[in-house]
Amino acid sequence: MIHSLFLINCSGDIFLEKHWKSVVSQSVCDYFFEAQEKAADVENVPPVISTPHHYLISIYRDKLFFVSVIQTEVPPLFVIEFLHRVADTFQDYFGECSEAAIKDNVVIVYELLEEMLDNGFPLATESNILKELIKPPTILRSVVNSITGSSNVGDTLPTGQLSNIPWRRAGVKYTNNEAYFDVIEEIDAIIDKSGSTVFAEIQGVIDACIKLSGMPDLSLSFMNPRLLDDVSFHPCIRFKRWESERVLSFIPPDGNFRLISYRVSSQNLVAIPVYVKHNISFKENSSCGRFDITIGPKQNMGKTVEGITVTVHMPKVVLNMNLTPTQGSYTFDPVTKVLTWDIGKITPQKLPSLKGLVNLQSGAPKPEENPSLNIQFKIQQLAISGLKVNRLDMYGEKYKPFKGVKYITKAGKFQVRT
Amino acid sequence: MQNENKSKSFFPASPSLKHDDLKEMLDTNKDSLKLEAMKRIVAMIARGKNASDLFPAVVKNVACKNIEVKKLVYVYLVRYAEEQQDLALLSISTFQRGLKDPNQLIRASALRVLSSIRVPIIVPIMMLAIKEAASDMSPYVRKTAAHAIPKLYSLDSDQKDQLIEVIEKLLADKTTLVAGSVVMAFEEVCPERIDLIHKNYRKLCNLLIDVEEWGQVVIINMLTRYARTQFLSPNKNESLLEENPEKAFYGSEEDESKGSGPGPEEAAAPLAARRPYIMDPDHRLLLRNTKPLLQSRSAAVVMAVAQLYFHLAPKAEVGVIAKALVRLLRSHSEVQYVVLQNVATMSIKRRGMFEPYLKSFYIRSTDPTQIKILKLEVLTNLANETNIPTVLREFQTYIRSMDKDFVAATIQAIGRCATNIGRVRDTCLNGLVQLLSNRDELVVAESVVVIKKLLQMQPSQHGEIIKHLAKLTDNIQVPMARASILWLIGEYCEHVPRIAPDVLRKMAKSFTAEEDIVKLQVINLAAKLYLTNSKQTKLLTQYVLSLAKYDQNYDIRDRARFTRQLIVPSEQGGTLSRHAKKLFLAPKPAPVLESSFKDRDHFQLGSLSHLLNAKATGYQELPDWPEEAPDPSVRNVEVPEWTKCSNREKRKEKEKPFYSDSEGESGPTESADSDPESVSESESKSSNESGSGTSSEEDDEEDQSDEQEADEKKKGKSDQSEEEQEKKVKKKKKAHERKETSESSEEEGSASDSSSSESESASESEDEEEEEQAEPDTWRRKTPPSSKIIPKTKEISLLDLEDFTPPSVQPVSPPKVVSTSLVTDLEGLTLTDSSPSLLSPVMGPGKRQELLHRVAGEGLAVEYVFNRQPFPGDPHMVSVCIHFSNSSETPVKGLHVGVPHQQPGICIQEFPEIESLAPGDSVTAIMGINFSDSTQAATFQLCTQTRQFYVSIQPPVGELMAPVFMSENEFKKEQGLLEER
Repeated sequence: MIHSLFLINCSGDIFLEKHWKSVVSQSVCDYFFEAQEKAADVENVPPVISTPHHYLISIYRDKLFFVSVIQTEVPPLFVIEFLHRVADTFQDYFGECSEAAIKDNVVIVYELLEEMLDNGFPLATESNILKELIKPPTILRSVVNSITGSSNVGDTLPTGQLSNIPWRRAGVKYTNNEAYFDVIEEIDAIIDKSGSTVFAEIQGVIDACIKLSGMPDLSLSFMNPRLLDDVSFHPCIRFKRWESERVLSFIPPDGNFRLISYRVSSQNLVAIPVYVKHNISFKENSSCGRFDITIGPKQNMGKTVEGITVTVHMPKVVLNMNLTPTQGSYTFDPVTKVLTWDIGKITPQKLPSLKGLVNLQSGAPKPEENPSLNIQFKIQQLAISGLKVNRLDMYGEKYKPFKGVKYITKAGKFQVRT
Repeated sequence: MQNENKSKSFFPASPSLKHDDLKEMLDTNKDSLKLEAMKRIVAMIARGKNASDLFPAVVKNVACKNIEVKKLVYVYLVRYAEEQQDLALLSISTFQRGLKDPNQLIRASALRVLSSIRVPIIVPIMMLAIKEAASDMSPYVRKTAAHAIPKLYSLDSDQKDQLIEVIEKLLADKTTLVAGSVVMAFEEVCPERIDLIHKNYRKLCNLLIDVEEWGQVVIINMLTRYARTQFLSPNKNESLLEENPEKAFYGSEEDESKGSGPGPEEAAAPLAARRPYIMDPDHRLLLRNTKPLLQSRSAAVVMAVAQLYFHLAPKAEVGVIAKALVRLLRSHSEVQYVVLQNVATMSIKRRGMFEPYLKSFYIRSTDPTQIKILKLEVLTNLANETNIPTVLREFQTYIRSMDKDFVAATIQAIGRCATNIGRVRDTCLNGLVQLLSNRDELVVAESVVVIKKLLQMQPSQHGEIIKHLAKLTDNIQVPMARASILWLIGEYCEHVPRIAPDVLRKMAKSFTAEEDIVKLQVINLAAKLYLTNSKQTKLLTQYVLSLAKYDQNYDIRDRARFTRQLIVPSEQGGTLSRHAKKLFLAPKPAPVLESSFKDRDHFQLGSLSHLLNAKATGYQELPDWPEEAPDPSVRNVEVPEWTKCSNREKRKEKEKPFYSDSEGESGPTESADSDPESVSESESKSSNESGSGTSSEEDDEEDQSDEQEADEKKKGKSDQSEEEQEKKVKKKKKAHERKETSESSEEEGSASDSSSSESESASESEDEEEEEQAEPDTWRRKTPPSSKIIPKTKEISLLDLEDFTPPSVQPVSPPKVVSTSLVTDLEGLTLTDSSPSLLSPVMGPGKRQELLHRVAGEGLAVEYVFNRQPFPGDPHMVSVCIHFSNSSETPVKGLHVGVPHQQPGICIQEFPEIESLAPGDSVTAIMGINFSDSTQAATFQLCTQTRQFYVSIQPPVGELMAPVFMSENEFKKEQGLLEER
């Protein structure tokens, strides 16, 4: 299936290659570079490129291209999903998935890739199993290894590989047993010029951080499970149990993982926590325009909206902007034409606004479209959909774990058209 | 840390370092030095640097004790063995030794490396190793063997036959670990040998949910192909309706009932003129077992299931995939790209499926252009009469986008909407005409092109618009747009006879100032007008041609010369000029505006070939449905006795299977290897279905395995009166004594996975008759001694179709014991045609279901079962047997039903309070519920001294009915009555 993998950085250097079958020359990447040039923008490089003898399937993650070489028919999503899993694994092992991290740990990377694929077919991709086979680098372990001569590589088959719960490693032991759940909801919305909602939807995830000894069997129930319209599960969740009782019952993997992701049914009305008043105009035949936006709180359930950032991609003809914020600070990058206004918290007494003049390139026609505003915000201690965890029970182990649930609402792809 | 630092510092310095010191390090007997050297070498390989000259030094270390060194040596060996075959052979003996190692990880990795060394000489050794590993005790080693098969095949394809044998063997493997890998090997080595799948089909379906994600994708794709060769098209009957797609779409109810197996009512329905479609139970099994995977976290799995449903499911059921696919749109942009491509194809065929999610395809200014264009494609496909206003409004915002490629695509999309939906054609045209004044050349050009196409489609009415366009020539400066307008006027000059010459006049005036492309079109226009209206335009044309003759651009000069020759008749010959009108004003075909995704669905969706719209290497064509279904019995499997025993032991050790698990219920999703009985049972059931020719979906879901045989039947039938016949659709009513209550209670106490089917349809008369003819006998039969394999006595519900097993189609031995007894039980049932209606109350208790999980109940577990006996107090009540067990450490006290939650129509007869339930104890109580003929759940409170639990019981329809016996004639008569009403 997957023949080879090339890792390419932004400047077009191939800094790592790995082959699972016979060797494919680096020159195959020329087709990729060609496509990259044509696309102009990194986001627009087609994920699948057909070359005379191979197919290239690539992903772009953290300023790196993962380019895989395929020779025969294979579902493209299979490869894409796998490449993302590789990137996730690097992230998990090295804390970041960057060129520097990969170069520093090239041997571990190689060992990982060796375990993850056999003859191009995925072999072990669960992070719990991989961590038993190849221990992640830590300073302490490196020191110990250099003294004792022991290695980073496990010599027995991870028990998970054989059991029915491949995601959990055996023999987990903690002195403090803790289970934390983060309910994170993101509001995706498109607000039109007049302020009415064109499209809004809540996308949520529950990320878990489980540090429990032994083989705990957890069940998590909600006050209002009916809210969840469409759910996708981590493989550990017992599907039948959810179907019949709407209870999440599972033996968790050890460490951090995403338990479920869900969508709240689009029929429900989505509360939009902020509103924007905007007045952006460019004058015909003059080299300036006016820019004026004000942000205020709307249905925010009595919580403070914080961490507000407004990002605007200004039209190409904008040379510079002279603005005065009543709150926070703003930056305008004349090269990328991106305006960022970092506001912070909204205080309802005095609404933050950003006003001023826009300098346009003289002689150029005025931009036809006003730029849309991308808004980021955060609301702590609130799941905007109203989802609430009812209780968490643990079975199979004697100790009493410390349990915690945190709610947070964020803006997802929140866009205001102007 | 030290090591890491060194390997880090190695990077920049790598070319200057001599390999000699590495060799030296490898030759020492210090593991740490060797490791250091190997790390540097691997770093070189990773950068794509040549390290092949170190081969002899490295290969020596293949037997090194340090496992990390060993692994890195393996990495090196696999990379360079192909180049240095002779030296590589030195390492083979180490691997051969490794293959015998007691540690399964070492055995597996030895096989992995051995099979990865691409040296043709060792093919026989590899073959032997694979064969041996295929029967290894450890499933992990067997998995590795499956991985090795394609490796060997690509090295030497002559080994195919032997490899197929190994694949066949591994396909029979019952562990989830192996399943995915072996199917992968199957796909690479012998995808054409579909016959190897028959025997494993049901097992694969059942294992599927527990296989790891990658294996799931491969298996689902393979099974899609398999199903296409083995089953009949579920939409065959609708192909006639397809001419009117709108109707087919709304007629989904009809489809649904067809999908679930036509009942007798339907046979009488007008549609029955055609042969009713009966879905093969194996086909249904596949659909049912893949459905939960739509909720997988892996996009690849979701896509695989989606394509399976798209290609295999009855139309009415395909809709379920839309939601999952829309969910994937939140994922990484590469995933979005692939999913949108597939959605685009699907939305052409099944527009209705995605319509509810229209807004999810709205475009954000931050989307990458390639995603925007795909979303636009989907939006265009989804546009219809009702939603077109919203879609167009959305398009209007897109047109002002800064991304001009996207704007151009939007204009084309508007053009397509205009051609597809007549109602908005004028609105679209007007909108497009307005766009002609856009400053952006690309936008104008695109609009004109689209307008041109639209006008060509309805040549009769475009006079007005052409007039409008003609007026615009005064304002529009973009050359491309002017040129296009001129072309239009020329082409349709007959529709605007007054304006055309005037336009030409204006253009002639400004000719010298025009751009080249406009000049060319002016000449074109002049020529066309000259041919149609030479009286008015002769002079103008000559003027224009003369101007053009002296133009700076030679293209224009050439065109002028050529046109003059063509249109102005000259003295000599002029054969061409006689045909000039035909040449210039030939009717030009209207361009077709259709999606580029049309007809892409002949490629299997989700495949690389589909994405590229070209056949990729190794693509397996998705076969057409067969006309006649091949023999379904090929999928029947003999279950040898020994597997049962061993599997039963294994079952005990095994963790509960995930997903599929629900407290020991033996549903169809349960792993096949974990419960041999359920396999054999469901198999026997499926062959029954195919034999009897009717199946009902609800039944399938409710119950799969009947582990109990009918031990006795109701005897006194004569006391039943005729009118009770009607009560077959009413709830259980009359009390009938069970003969052996002790037996039933024993069953209740027996293993929790015992279950019996519920009867829902009362339409099995045909079967009954069949059985009846075989051996008429008395009403009562003793159960034949049940075999060792199924030690429990069995009881079945008499009306359950699925238990009627025509012995002929039944190769499975253990269920046969069941079925023969069933047959004999049933034989007597309809002896007498004269007294048709009988109420038979004696039923086996149903499947035990969970009311309160021990987790939720803090140690108190409650299960319930419809015991299918009349409730003593009130005949209208359904009797429910509740089973409490206390798994906590403290006794549970004062167990009773709390103030029943009042629900309209439902009343509950509580069970007497249970004073105390000691830890580890269990107790059973009976309560009655009147569901008043609805399947609404009865909700009530279960109270202990300390806690209250809200629980609810939802009755399956079957539990609300009382069974009735009748002969075929009688049945038909009743059925006739129903239809009359």
